[in-house]
Amino acid sequence: MSKLPKPDELLQGLDLHRTPEKHWMDIKPDFSPGKYCYAVDPQVMIDLGRPNLGKWQPTDEKWPLPEDWKERLLKAIRDRMERFRSFKLFMDICVRCGACADKCHFFLGTGDPKNMPVLRAELIRSVIKGEFSFFGRLFGRVAGARPLTEEVLKEWYMYFYQCTECRRCSVFCPYGIDTAEVTIIMRDILHELGIALDWAMKPLRNSHFIGNHLGLQPHTIKENIEFLMSDIAEITGLNIEVPINKKGAEVLFVTPSADFFADPGIYTFMGYVLLFHHIGLDYTISTYASEGGNFGFFNAIEFSKKLHSKIYEEAKRLKVKWIIGGECGHQWRFWHQYHGTMFGPFDYLEVPKSPITGTVFEHAKYHKAVHICEFTADLIAHNKLKLDPSRNDHIVVTFHDSCNTSRGMGIFEEPRFILRNVCNNFVEMPENTIREKTFCCGSGSGLNTDEYMEIRMRGGFPRANAVEYVHKNYGVNTLVAICAIDRATLTALMKYWVPDVVVAGVHELVGNALIMEGEKERTTDLRYRPLKGMEEEV
Amino acid sequence: MNLIFSLIVLAILILIPLMGVGVLGLNSLFAIFIPYLAFAIFFFGLIYRIIGWARSPQPYKITTTCGQQKSLSWIKHSRLESPASSWEVYLRMFFEVFLFRSLFRNLRADFDGKRLIYGSAKWLWLGAILFHLSFLVIMIRHLRFFVNDIPSIVQKISAVDSFFQLGLPPIYITNLLILAGLGFLLLRRLVDAKVNYLSYASDYFPLLLIISIALTGILMRLYVKPDLYAIKQLTYGLATFNPALPKGNLSMLFYIHLFLVSSLAAYFPFSKLVHMVGVFFSPTRNMPNDNRMSRHINPWEYPVKYVTYAEWQEKFRDVMEEAGIPIDEEWANVAQK
Repeated sequence: MSKLPKPDELLQGLDLHRTPEKHWMDIKPDFSPGKYCYAVDPQVMIDLGRPNLGKWQPTDEKWPLPEDWKERLLKAIRDRMERFRSFKLFMDICVRCGACADKCHFFLGTGDPKNMPVLRAELIRSVIKGEFSFFGRLFGRVAGARPLTEEVLKEWYMYFYQCTECRRCSVFCPYGIDTAEVTIIMRDILHELGIALDWAMKPLRNSHFIGNHLGLQPHTIKENIEFLMSDIAEITGLNIEVPINKKGAEVLFVTPSADFFADPGIYTFMGYVLLFHHIGLDYTISTYASEGGNFGFFNAIEFSKKLHSKIYEEAKRLKVKWIIGGECGHQWRFWHQYHGTMFGPFDYLEVPKSPITGTVFEHAKYHKAVHICEFTADLIAHNKLKLDPSRNDHIVVTFHDSCNTSRGMGIFEEPRFILRNVCNNFVEMPENTIREKTFCCGSGSGLNTDEYMEIRMRGGFPRANAVEYVHKNYGVNTLVAICAIDRATLTALMKYWVPDVVVAGVHELVGNALIMEGEKERTTDLRYRPLKGMEEEV
Repeated sequence: MNLIFSLIVLAILILIPLMGVGVLGLNSLFAIFIPYLAFAIFFFGLIYRIIGWARSPQPYKITTTCGQQKSLSWIKHSRLESPASSWEVYLRMFFEVFLFRSLFRNLRADFDGKRLIYGSAKWLWLGAILFHLSFLVIMIRHLRFFVNDIPSIVQKISAVDSFFQLGLPPIYITNLLILAGLGFLLLRRLVDAKVNYLSYASDYFPLLLIISIALTGILMRLYVKPDLYAIKQLTYGLATFNPALPKGNLSMLFYIHLFLVSSLAAYFPFSKLVHMVGVFFSPTRNMPNDNRMSRHINPWEYPVKYVTYAEWQEKFRDVMEEAGIPIDEEWANVAQK
């Protein structure tokens, strides 16, 4: 791994208004350490029954491509144009107005013109023109056309894995061209040759065979949860049991596996458990469908369907009535926008109705899955939670809208409503960096690997820069997000750019604020940090 | 380089009618045959493109949500940015197509020392809207060349358009605005480093072509003053499929204008200009954000093989028993449906 430059050196010489001398088609991708992700271990692809290229790395001068690689790719491109109107249309209607150019966090952090969404799409658009169009072949470069070569393929590997599918560009595009869609499809196409990232594929394999990305086996999940419950017992004096694989429960709760296991997701998980206990919800988690997230979505569309088929088999087996999903970004984009089509109809489930407030979640009447923030916001609105927001007085909070839940779902108010009720110090970041204009953590869509740290820190810079602003001006020390990948990647990002800020989930703060029946006086939060005024006690 | 290439192509396009009409005297070829051919290409080309898009299904409902979803009753949802019904989608599309709402959001990112700041940047929106709306008004005004009873709405638009009564004949405001818009868009491509870097000849060419069309039109109106009666005879004949070459002098400038318009029409369906029609098909904008309310069907959705509960339980039976996690014997043999 390369040595990551210091924060004040990383962006030196970055100029957003200077472009290279050479035409972009003549610039080769830079596979230097820190700037690319490792290629997939062939064994992973073999296990999953996918094509593979053997042992190779993108740095290899000559890639071990099969003889017919070009025909196969061109066939795959044609196939996707026939199956996805989005892809076909987005290839046709871009006018290169450049409105998207400085909207991409990777462009803002690297200044690399191929990170302008328009040029990212041109990487494939140019090949479609150059290979399939008569006029494209005739006029070549002046019409933006070029043939498919091995160099182009290397470029695709670099830049379709230097896009986090955050969709910020699609908000600003006058035609709604969505680079995430292009990236998803291009990765799907590359997958047909066996080209994929090691970091993005191993969680997929885990999730496929074991049930979750982290590869937690059922007994490990149980042990981890028990361990977290002993922390809860120590902090609150309450002994709580989490129902596991409980048949006949009303609600199946599915959350990203990182919440069972990884700091700081575990605190969010403790928050969920406290909440469910507080209201006496009849729920269960599953060790079979133990992953809310879906790395298939970052690799190959077919796998995304394979992974989440488990959730619905489990819902049938356990005979639950409806489903609550935990705090996770891409999970919710995928659940919200794809599940209904892939797994519906869901007539074995019931229209979600909160057993506490009686609210019928009409907006989920077909899919029957409710976001935990929708569920909690409804509880708070009906005054069903006893809350002491001063238990979060030791922190100053800002909220990071996760890309997927923002631009692929539209959940903005629910988490904010919760935050305003569970803490007293909530500050927004500058308006052009939140809500639908929010910036990516820089590591989404399966790019959160260590070997990619330089690009991740560059891509996350616009987000970090906005956090730094509220940190300096308002003393913000806690960045809250409703996304498991964010909780992991923003932690790394903050450590690098704004070291005094920690990352938390909304329900961690809910867990802090909940006044539980029979609890002892709390002196610390769920992380064992002293509450305000309790510094002496601890 | 790209600009020069476009200029050369444009020069050739101007030379063709100059030679064809001026030297070879192929008047009816240029007044009748080529316009018909061009508009046939335009018409059938667009239909071909539309069918092409329509034939590919939109497998998933991938609305880009730029505002609050419709969820809990007491949370106000954003009708325009996160439409939940068809009616709201129509509204969103109206704002997108006629007012370029997404472009209106445009920001410009810059460093202020070590801080990234985002300023409002509405110039692109302004240039684009000036050009597009003026173009629309100008096309409506041109209707008077193609019908005998000029609809009153066309007359009214023309009257408003020449409201300021500058000069004689009065200058149409849209003639100035379209040049301002196009000029800005062209200048932007030349001056803005990023946009310049990503521009092809096929980005300059349509701008130059439309500027030339506008200029030839304005020149005819203000200076050359061709025989309007003759022009109307021709255009009306074309529109009523009863074409005839009029007796009067159509003027060279008119032939150039007509040939450039024909070129634009023929070029239109096979270039980026199809965005005019394509925008209506954009799935991130024309679909409601109602995914959890109603079903969207993907015609090619196919079943996949996954690891079933039974297979999974068999694999982990021992550790589950040891950890006291219930074993489901009932489901142990349930295969994937």
